[in-house]
Amino acid sequence: MKSHEWVCVEGGTASVGVSDHAQHEITDVVYVELPKLGRKVAQGEAISVIESVKAAFDIYAPVSGEVVAVNEALTKDPALVNRSPHEEGWLFKLKPSKPGEENGLMDFAKYQEFLQSPAAHGASH
Amino acid sequence: MTATTELRRTALYEAHKALGAKLVDFHGWELPIQYESILKEHAAVRNQCGLFDVSHMGQVWVYGPDSLKFLQTINTNDIGKIGPGKAIYSHLPNEKGGVVDDVIVSNMGEDRYLVVVNAATVDKDFVYFQKHTQGLKVEIDNMSDYYGMIAVQGPKAAALVGLDYPKALELPRFGAMMTEVFDQKSAITRTGYTGEDGFEFIVPSEIISRLWDNLLTKGRALGCAPCGLGARDTLRLEAGYLLYGQDIDDDHSSYEAGYGWVVKLDKGDFVGKANFEKQKKEGLKRKLTGLRMTERGVPRPGTPVFVDGKQAGTLCSATFSPTLQAGIGQGYLDRADLKPGAKAELELHGRRVAAETVKMPYYASEDIKNAKA
Repeated sequence: MKSHEWVCVEGGTASVGVSDHAQHEITDVVYVELPKLGRKVAQGEAISVIESVKAAFDIYAPVSGEVVAVNEALTKDPALVNRSPHEEGWLFKLKPSKPGEENGLMDFAKYQEFLQSPAAHGASH
Repeated sequence: MTATTELRRTALYEAHKALGAKLVDFHGWELPIQYESILKEHAAVRNQCGLFDVSHMGQVWVYGPDSLKFLQTINTNDIGKIGPGKAIYSHLPNEKGGVVDDVIVSNMGEDRYLVVVNAATVDKDFVYFQKHTQGLKVEIDNMSDYYGMIAVQGPKAAALVGLDYPKALELPRFGAMMTEVFDQKSAITRTGYTGEDGFEFIVPSEIISRLWDNLLTKGRALGCAPCGLGARDTLRLEAGYLLYGQDIDDDHSSYEAGYGWVVKLDKGDFVGKANFEKQKKEGLKRKLTGLRMTERGVPRPGTPVFVDGKQAGTLCSATFSPTLQAGIGQGYLDRADLKPGAKAELELHGRRVAAETVKMPYYASEDIKNAKA
């Protein structure tokens, strides 16, 4: 499944957020339902919800693993997802249970290509 | 809406495109849901002023010596109460005590009335009107295609409108007047759907772009922003206004919606009166109830509502309230006994989240409170 989350694996932790394209499509983020710490998820599982004024968007785990951190700053300031989707607006961190899974994901260039395709606009965020 | 159906566009379509609006299908009309941001547009209306293209709304003129008699028959509210230059909010009743549409009727003098109806119900309303003209000296003229409509809303609306239409500032809340806009016969009413002071311009479509550009150019200095349907919905829900087809319809009555104040049983006969009387006498089994979340989350239309652990209904309108910074929503609950402050739960993404019932509206501006006093 192709969707609009990004993942950054560093030092055994995978940080997850949504792309700039996705935050733009979602528009004003007013609430983020973050996963519980310690929750174990499989790749592709719906794990979090981003809410705009008009709609809710499911967020999928890009890799399998255990939730080891959530971005508490989003509780007070959910609009961080809009202002800084790739940095301060990260959503949660996973401890990957299947290392190497991330290699099957799109890289930035592939994602840009994907955004040009009609499928990108029907896909879940 | 199927892909084969062509969406209707208002005369301001090109203006919306040029402003970068995100357009959506609203009851067959291609209209802006937002320009830049629903939150910013909402804030502009609450703090300064917003400009809305509401050209999808319908306008029906009623003329003739029996105009009032006709309007009294097809309205729950007392149209005889408004003199020339005044407007009134009312419901069009059906035989069984439900609501055909909610409208604003303006008395323009000399047996002429202008009825503003909802976009999705123009055709249905016109058939309903025609059905009740029999034997009456009354003429009805559906001018919905001829007119466009712009709403100027917010605490700075009067300052903006007063620049070119100083006469409009003499209008009280729910005042109505005929005037010329770019040399074309037009109506201005001091009405709106946002909970703020404001005006609505009903003008021929051919000059609406000039009016829009003029208001927007001059309005920018006052913090005025173009606003889409997204902000229109959050603003009206905070202000406790109904959305026809979502909060009220042919199967829900004015009483159930908490709008008993628009039903005047003592004014003489009207369509379905016996059923409205019956409802009032027998009391309500369900009632449109306002809820506010006490936990975080965003409720949506269709969200189930639980009271005392049992499902009591679902929300028909719901959103994140930018003013209250909380989830709000209203729905028909089969617990007409509930008082404001009663505990309830909403089911969001499979989880029960705390809410409480509230007295409506969620929000009232000082301008509106003072106008009512």
